[in-house]
Amino acid sequence: MFKYLKQLTSLVAMVAVLFTFTTETMAAKKSKTLKNTQKKGFVRCGVSQGLPGFSNADAAGNWTGVDVDVCRAVAAAVLGDANKVKFTPLSAKERFTALTSNEIDILSRNTTWTLSRDADIGLTFVGVNFYDGQGFMVRKNSGYSSVNDFKNGISACTNLGTTTELNMRDFFNSKGISYEPVTFEKADEVVAAYDAGRCDTYTTDKSGLAAQRIKLSSPDDHIVLPETISKEPLGPVVRQGDSVWEDIVRWSLNVMIEAEEYGVNSANADSMKTSDNPAVKRLVGAEGELGAALGLDNDWSLRIIKQVGNYGESYKRNIADTGILPDRGPNELWTKGGILYVPPAR
Amino acid sequence: MNIKKILPQLLTLLVVILIFGFFSYNAQVNMENRGITFGYGFLSQESSFDVQFSLIEYDGSHSYFRAYLVGLLNTILVSVIGIIFATIIGVVVGIARLSNNYLINRTAAVYVEFFRNIPLLLQIFFWYFAALRALPLPQDTEPMFGFFFLTIKGFFVPAFVWNNLDVFIYSLIAAIISIIFVRIYARKKQENEGIQTPVLSISIGLLIILPILSFLFGGVDASVEVPVIKQLSQTGFTYEGGIKLPPELISLALALSLYTATFIAECVRAGVQGVSKGQKEAAASIGLTPNQVLKLVVMPQALRIIIPPTTNQYLNLTKNSSLAAAIAYPDLVLVFAGTALMQTGRAIEIVSITMLTYLSLSISISILMNWYNKKIAIKEK
Repeated sequence: MFKYLKQLTSLVAMVAVLFTFTTETMAAKKSKTLKNTQKKGFVRCGVSQGLPGFSNADAAGNWTGVDVDVCRAVAAAVLGDANKVKFTPLSAKERFTALTSNEIDILSRNTTWTLSRDADIGLTFVGVNFYDGQGFMVRKNSGYSSVNDFKNGISACTNLGTTTELNMRDFFNSKGISYEPVTFEKADEVVAAYDAGRCDTYTTDKSGLAAQRIKLSSPDDHIVLPETISKEPLGPVVRQGDSVWEDIVRWSLNVMIEAEEYGVNSANADSMKTSDNPAVKRLVGAEGELGAALGLDNDWSLRIIKQVGNYGESYKRNIADTGILPDRGPNELWTKGGILYVPPAR
Repeated sequence: MNIKKILPQLLTLLVVILIFGFFSYNAQVNMENRGITFGYGFLSQESSFDVQFSLIEYDGSHSYFRAYLVGLLNTILVSVIGIIFATIIGVVVGIARLSNNYLINRTAAVYVEFFRNIPLLLQIFFWYFAALRALPLPQDTEPMFGFFFLTIKGFFVPAFVWNNLDVFIYSLIAAIISIIFVRIYARKKQENEGIQTPVLSISIGLLIILPILSFLFGGVDASVEVPVIKQLSQTGFTYEGGIKLPPELISLALALSLYTATFIAECVRAGVQGVSKGQKEAAASIGLTPNQVLKLVVMPQALRIIIPPTTNQYLNLTKNSSLAAAIAYPDLVLVFAGTALMQTGRAIEIVSITMLTYLSLSISISILMNWYNKKIAIKEK
């Protein structure tokens, strides 16, 4: 009897292994990107050329930021190690070509989700990891307190190849103000030119303004005007046509946000396995088979939370504690007055 | 025999066609897989972005094609300015290097070695940010000659406001045509009677007198519009009226001409040194003045050596102008292969158009220079 039991368990184990193996290979077969990533052993991630808080490399070449954390989360889910990411710094101009031509697998580079980008050029946006809007920075001593003070002939510095360029035109046109757009390929040159006095105002996403302000020679002499002239939902992008990979990236981001909602963080994730709340148990892989649906094991989400942390931790570490935007504004959970609201992971 | 000659050619052609076919098929398949459509229809769509500096009327309500023209004209503008200044500086420095004066030829040598050995992009950044640091804010600037204002926001110069501009242009054309006739007449006279005509002073006279006549009798009238300072905010100022040359254009043209001039200077030096000493001595011995020796004997022979390598430098300068994107000068690469590419996402179409444009620009310069080279080449009789 005992002998049979042993055989039975080994049979069950074998079937289980075989089953997970086949489901895994099936998902992997469907997703060329997932297969390639597992073969290579790292996630290829496109980031900015240096935007503090979002994606920025320190002197030792370590990347940090909320955009970086999305790629780290995917690496933790797919490869089991959040550090197995290869970052490629890209200019605004290069970013989409790098993604569509297979140089990178995720573009997580403060990129605005718009209809034409999503539908037209072979890209798919998977979600929003930062709700932003375009604003203006001016010198404090200019006396500008609102965009309504702008006069004909104002010169505005900004980045080339961004939605900023289009919003700026819409804005100045609607106000009937003639302006001089000065567009640079790299953000560092924009900052240098604005700092030198080439432009009266510097316009880009407000988070970008807050981050770049630190780079100015005397940050305290500059203010960001209160008005927001556009909606800029920033989020990670993948190539069109690989729905499994798309799902993995989308749910890696969603898990981070949902973990914050349920109070699961990198410190308490392991102990949450015994939680009474089934939603929390699903989140840490103690219940359900959510990983299998994505072609991953069941601990994928637990690894994300343990290695990268939930969205709140990532925000605090990268954006709040660095003094860029201490106030979360719209990027607060829907339960706390913000607009972060993700579909349930179940 | 014939087949032996033709067969390799045909095979080569076939291979080339196959290679191109493979790449275009590959691109087509990849684009289809990623849901990217191909086509040039976007050129007529509204561009919806503005450009800071344009030679033709343009704003975001115009088409992408118009934006392309804006970029192309700006590229041509900075190339032409660059070529003119590079040639002037290059010739002066090239001749200075041959000077017997130690100070002059050493200074020229140091200039050449210094500027041609530093990467151009660095020089562009240097001039741009040096200019931005050094130039005064609009409210602090001292006017040059009362009407010119050099500021960090650009070089503001007076503009002419014309009445009957067409009559003035006709008078200029008439002057140029009559100068050509005078030159032909003078050459014939010298060949037949050996008498020299002062062509230069007659030409200058014509160029001055005819336009003045157009003012007196043609109803031409020009008034000058001087830039006026305008307050934007408590501490922000700019100038209004007149013509504005952006600092990006000035520093780009400066960097391009200083860099390319070093190479042209070397071409000039090589050309002059390439004329054998005996030629000069022989010319002097038949009683030509030093000026005539230079003009009639040395330069015609030196030019034959100078022109072909200088053509290369002109081509380089034109292509190097595409570095403009780094410092926000709205050239073809920044406007069309930059902003327009980003807004439409049509990388293959836009890059192909841009490549073809640079190719055509370069070939045009080559054709022009080859024509000039043929004109001054030795005509063997």
